[in-house]
Amino acid sequence: MSILKATDVGISFGGVKAVDGVSFSVNPGQILSIIGPNGAGKTTLFNIVSGVYVASRGSIHLADEDVTGLAPHKLAARGLSRTFQNLQIFQRMTACENVMVGRHLREKCSLLPALFRTPSVTRQNRETRAASLALLAEVGLKDAADTPAGSLPYGACKRLEIARALAAEPRVLLLDEPAAGCNAVETEEIDHLIKQVADRGVAVVLVEHDMKLVMKISDRILVLERGRPLAEGTPREVRDDPRVLEAYLGQHGAREAARA
Amino acid sequence: MAEFLQFLISGLTVGAVYALVALGFTLIYNASGVVNFAQGEFVMLGGMVTVFASAAGLPLPLAALVAIAAAVAIGLMLHRFAIEPARGASAVTLIIITIGASILLRGVAAIVFDKQFHKLPAFTGDTPVDVLGAAVQPQSFWVLGGTAVVVLGLYVFLEHTLLGKAVLATAANRLAARLVGINTTTIMALAFGGSAAIGAIAGILVTPITLTSYDVGTLLALKGFAAAMLGGMGNPVGAVVGGLLLGLLEAFGAGYLSSTYKDAFAFLVILIVLFAAPQGLFGRRVVERV
Amino acid sequence: MRALVNQRFVTLAILAVVIAVLPLAFPSSYYFRVASLVWVSALAAIGLNILMGQAGQVSLGHAAFFGIGAYAVAIGPTHLGIPPWAALLFGALLSGVLAYLVGRPILRLKGHYLAIATLGLGVLVALVITTESRWTGGPDGMPVERLTLFGWRVSGSYTWYWVTGGLLLIGTWIALNLDETPTGRAFRALHDSEVAAQVVGVDVARFKLQAFVIAAIYASLAGSALAFMNGFINPDQAGFLHSVELVTIVVLGGLGSVVGSIVGAAVLVTLPQALTVFQEYEHLLLGLIIIVAMIFMRNGIVPSLSNLLLRRARS
Repeated sequence: MSILKATDVGISFGGVKAVDGVSFSVNPGQILSIIGPNGAGKTTLFNIVSGVYVASRGSIHLADEDVTGLAPHKLAARGLSRTFQNLQIFQRMTACENVMVGRHLREKCSLLPALFRTPSVTRQNRETRAASLALLAEVGLKDAADTPAGSLPYGACKRLEIARALAAEPRVLLLDEPAAGCNAVETEEIDHLIKQVADRGVAVVLVEHDMKLVMKISDRILVLERGRPLAEGTPREVRDDPRVLEAYLGQHGAREAARA
Repeated sequence: MAEFLQFLISGLTVGAVYALVALGFTLIYNASGVVNFAQGEFVMLGGMVTVFASAAGLPLPLAALVAIAAAVAIGLMLHRFAIEPARGASAVTLIIITIGASILLRGVAAIVFDKQFHKLPAFTGDTPVDVLGAAVQPQSFWVLGGTAVVVLGLYVFLEHTLLGKAVLATAANRLAARLVGINTTTIMALAFGGSAAIGAIAGILVTPITLTSYDVGTLLALKGFAAAMLGGMGNPVGAVVGGLLLGLLEAFGAGYLSSTYKDAFAFLVILIVLFAAPQGLFGRRVVERV
Repeated sequence: MRALVNQRFVTLAILAVVIAVLPLAFPSSYYFRVASLVWVSALAAIGLNILMGQAGQVSLGHAAFFGIGAYAVAIGPTHLGIPPWAALLFGALLSGVLAYLVGRPILRLKGHYLAIATLGLGVLVALVITTESRWTGGPDGMPVERLTLFGWRVSGSYTWYWVTGGLLLIGTWIALNLDETPTGRAFRALHDSEVAAQVVGVDVARFKLQAFVIAAIYASLAGSALAFMNGFINPDQAGFLHSVELVTIVVLGGLGSVVGSIVGAAVLVTLPQALTVFQEYEHLLLGLIIIVAMIFMRNGIVPSLSNLLLRRARS
């Protein structure tokens, strides 16, 4: 009963197969982590799943609907939301406005009432802002609500992106290195937040380099290497898989680790 | 056949000028990321300075050299006093600055010279040459030959000299170029100077055919920009091909369809090309990295 | 939120006061005329600012829509017998529809490619206007019938000062309204990051198109107003240089700032009038001032000055 399913997905750029034959699925409330060395194709996979790139082969299913090749905003309307490894915040807008944009799909957005600022628009604005402030509080950015997002520190921007993605009330949430640039305390907070989100029934797909975090919160882990799936399983299975050790540490390192 | 040839040659002649303007655009764009709307004024300066220098008694070749030198000096000043101080400003701010420069240069030209139309004598007489039945002005050969020399010269410079390679490196990646020790400010100055020289040469070559005045720059900048975009912004080969194509479109459109709408064909084709190939004919398709 | 709502009314109130009080300082009807020109340019610039400043899409052919508005009120009553006020609405409709149809393919382009495509559109429209002289009077232009509203003949620079001032107020009000709505936020979001806007569900193509159509209608109405006011129209109003002037107004005043567009218009319209005393040095000085202003206030006059004031206030 998976909500998101990728089947045999592949894409190449100028002859280089960046992602090649990757499949995975994730259920509501589950946390799936995708790990692998740099250049393994994790972010590219995210870009395919979220519709930013169009896969050259394979299919994506969202809640049993074939959504292969759909534009990102259509996927968003079907309940898929994501964050970015290289920040994509709206720099010139305040933190709160960033999250308010995240509520775009939850708002009525017709042009004429907006141009003449009917009372319903004002009312909706107030509701959206309240909901956004609540989300900012959840990620610990309440005090920064009216700060221009461009002047927030890196870690805060990471959390702002999570808040913005959550604002859309997604069924599937793709998080691309949410803990990058965060200190231990912030990482802990993000850890809590992700678990909370999953507990609400949201399927979370996580790309992350912080192995402690990954091992701790993942239900399943998919390991990629050079665009190809290397291993998949529970955190324990993956950790004990010699192929994974080799990919991460090299042959020599893997032998050392096995001896230790 | 003769008619076709006539249109072909006149199209190539005008196209060669567009190509040179587009090449100037491309050179500056590659080195600095600036779209220089004062590019047409370099062409104007080339023509006007030559006209007035030769009227003052200088022989034509010397007058032409003076014109090129003047344009280069102004190109360098444009970079030093208008572009360099605004380093780091947004692309659109820089465009407005070059538009300001274009208005300024036009104003200066109107004062230093005048607001009349001027003509240069054709370099080698006005007797048309018969080419397979088409009557061709000898000056057309000067324009085509001159353009070929400039394009070839630029190619040799970029591909076979260290300085030229530094220009290419800067175009490919400004930060990386700086990291390997290339003085990108010098490269930018060089691009402005070189592009001014190219513009001035175009102006000198074409003035015997089209006349010149203080305000011919605007339309040329517009056509040159269009040609550069048609070929794919930042691609020198694309700029030349785009320029020639634009000239041919105009000539054949004017000849066979309607002369009043000759500019329309060019822009209509540009719109259609861009709808089909949003990066221009020779532009690189870039995958957006997120 | 409260503060923002208030800011909107404060801006409008200040503008209304400026429009109301300015005539006290005007020694002659010439000043009324120049001020009306400022209001009209500001109206077009405010629309263009929604497209460029908010949604971040450049248009180098915006005078085309200005021209369509202007020629609609010239051609409609003269050749087709349409009442002037209806011609104005018809022009706005035509501009909106043209923007909608052309905007679909054009707005897929980015950056300089969008610039050249809009430029091409502008050139094409201007060319049609110049060439179809049977309808438009060609390069010489054509006279425009006076606007009559409910029997009231709108004429004279004094009257037009108030009419254009009123139009500017309405245009400003609408632009300010838009800013803090889902649509306005979608505009600003896609300006900063198209991909991020898309993944939260913003249909980027649709909103770019909306901004383009809004900007086109603003320009069209401004063009109609100018044509009525002058009683005469020529193709320059639809030409490339006018497009460039509109862009310069928006950028000089400050991209994204509604007040900036008005200030930009005030500067760029009055400057040439003021510089005429320098006669032949007029263009030289205009170019010089634009360069210097953009170097020292690279974010535009209004944002740069307000930043400066904020910093002063803090220290």
